[in-house]
Amino acid sequence: MSARILRRIATEWSGGLLLAALLVGGSALASEPPPVRLDSTADHSKYKELQQEFASGPELTKVCLSCHTEAAKQVHRTKHWTWDFLNPENQQRLGKKNVINNFCISVPSNYAFCTSCHVGYGWKDASFDFTAEENVDCLVCHDTTGSYRKLPGLAGHPPYKDVEIPPGSGKIAKAVDLSRVAQKVGKTSRDTCGACHFFGGGGDGVKHGDMDSSLASPDKEVDVHMDATGLDFTCGTCHKTASHDVPGSRYTPVGKDKGGAHMRGKEDKSNPATCQACHGLSPHKDSGMAAKLNHHTDKIACQTCHIPAIARGGVATKMSWDWSTAGRLTPDGKPMIKKDDKGRVIYDSKKGDFTLGENVVPEYAWFNGKVSYTLLGDKIENIEGVTHINKLGGSATDGESLIWPMKVFRGAQPFDAVNKTLVTPHTAGNDDTAYWKNFGWEKAIETGMKVAGADFSGKVGFIKTDMSWPITHMVAPKEKALGCSECHTRGGRLDAIDGVYIPGRDANRLVNLIGWIVAGGTLAAVALHGLIRIVRRPR
Amino acid sequence: MERIYIFTRFERFWHWTQALLVIGMLLTGFEIHGTYHLLGFAKAHQIHGIAAWALIILWVFAIFWHFVTGEWRQYIPTMKNADVVLRHYALGIFRGEPHPFKVTRRQKHNPLQAQAYLMVKVLINPLLWISGLLYLYYNELAALGQHFDLATIALAHTIGAFLMLAFFIAHVYLITTGDTVGAHLKAMLTGWEHGEEKNPR
Repeated sequence: MSARILRRIATEWSGGLLLAALLVGGSALASEPPPVRLDSTADHSKYKELQQEFASGPELTKVCLSCHTEAAKQVHRTKHWTWDFLNPENQQRLGKKNVINNFCISVPSNYAFCTSCHVGYGWKDASFDFTAEENVDCLVCHDTTGSYRKLPGLAGHPPYKDVEIPPGSGKIAKAVDLSRVAQKVGKTSRDTCGACHFFGGGGDGVKHGDMDSSLASPDKEVDVHMDATGLDFTCGTCHKTASHDVPGSRYTPVGKDKGGAHMRGKEDKSNPATCQACHGLSPHKDSGMAAKLNHHTDKIACQTCHIPAIARGGVATKMSWDWSTAGRLTPDGKPMIKKDDKGRVIYDSKKGDFTLGENVVPEYAWFNGKVSYTLLGDKIENIEGVTHINKLGGSATDGESLIWPMKVFRGAQPFDAVNKTLVTPHTAGNDDTAYWKNFGWEKAIETGMKVAGADFSGKVGFIKTDMSWPITHMVAPKEKALGCSECHTRGGRLDAIDGVYIPGRDANRLVNLIGWIVAGGTLAAVALHGLIRIVRRPR
Repeated sequence: MERIYIFTRFERFWHWTQALLVIGMLLTGFEIHGTYHLLGFAKAHQIHGIAAWALIILWVFAIFWHFVTGEWRQYIPTMKNADVVLRHYALGIFRGEPHPFKVTRRQKHNPLQAQAYLMVKVLINPLLWISGLLYLYYNELAALGQHFDLATIALAHTIGAFLMLAFFIAHVYLITTGDTVGAHLKAMLTGWEHGEEKNPR
């Protein structure tokens, strides 16, 4: 009897022990797998090939290409590499190396400076080898350290040794540690794209107005998508890139996306960077006003209401640039710089007068995505008027246009006063003709035009120009989108927009006149009638 | 003095709800039109839209009521005695003459009044309704291939609004022309109207 009890206890004990062992073993089996990088299948710091010193960028690129065999050939096909683009709409030859703008004007003869934003190494003049795969700069887009920097004047190379830049300034740019950067490569980021695109036009926020360094780590107010503590989009989230070819072009933008939201499995060749590519064509929901707001999408670009102002991140954007006042020197012949009370440069002997703006309300225009440029060699029709560096197509009636917000950048720039063409001055360089060193337009333009292969009469004048930049970044939170009365009023934001009836802005004057005569006449008649009744009241 | 019950409870409910909605729509409508700034465009637009649907629902009931009760016959236009009524408003009223029209259950509006209301019902209201619904749904119609010009829609809607405003002004004044200044108003509130009173005041 007692033996049976003992045996039973022993059995249960052992059962208990077995259970305990199972629990312990089970928890060991269910424990987490070892830590691993989840953002990539490769940790580049583990590659022996990258654990060495590199003397130059191209030397490193060769190593990159030993695994990424097709990468350079893919890059070679893109505008980021060629700076050359044939607009299929109108056969205009565009691209950075061909167009002229009213900021720094043009690339030819200034290659070594401008190509600090080229995805390549060594483009210092027209002889650059566009077929050399090792000339592709992988790091400028794939750096994750923030330490990789290309400097103006080095033809797309980063500094391989510490350099003083600009010379004589005492500011030292440190040499780039190529090995370290290479071992930490990753996906593109707001920082890598921004290294060039935030600084277009020669400084932070200068060019676009809706792109500046505040987008590197923006809060929700500045950009609802890129919000660093929220959705945290990178540029590539919208500019969804395949084969190194980044979609979304300023030369052939989409004025009116009628295609709706992209769907997996559905063949969709349309631009993935439009608002509609994610939000569809009826984006407003959950509000009593949703239906009426959705009605607006056939006429109004999303950006018009949802980007109430540009340059909202605390970085001013340039609004105008007058080259005609450049070249004023101090009494002892030195170039000078003038700043406004906020410390922003408003005059530079090298460049002329600027105006800047923060929280700038855009201008608005019908836009159908078609852009035509005034290119080198194009005759300037009216030298007294304003020459449009780019002309945006669009109208209320073409069925392809929406009302878009624009940054319109205005300026004055040199032109050939005899041939009546735009010119490509040689601005940057440490030589006898560069404008920024010598302050002589004739020599600078002669050099630049020679490099560009264009005729120059030798006579320099200045013309007024403007350039329109359709606005699409810095989307505000929906609470900050424009209210109705911003446009539905006389003197509102869309006051100058033609071809569309805007309640609150528009009215038929004749109907208004007759209407008030009828209503007012009725009032006068009954008032008179009542008055007579009172006066004639029998006593 | 005989009192007759001419405005049933539904009729009074219809009238006063409609009055409230029409006043609200005139106020918000002319703000949307850009005539003045009172509530702000967004608020005005919101109220205008809600009031429009409320009025449409009310009217569906009112039309139903007109047909089942046969009250639509009140608005069959007639010129009989129209000249007498016109003469009263032009002359008699100033001499303290009693109104020549005697309200009965079968005919509770004088001939001019009935014609004015008929105009509201067959001209002003449909003009506002049709243009208003087009205004609300011209995008949907465009999607179906029916393109309407918004400026034209707005024009028709504005003409309707001015006519409604003129009617409103005249209507509000004419309710003071009863046996006493407040008699018509009282009738519209209580349903009871003086019938055969001979010598007012």
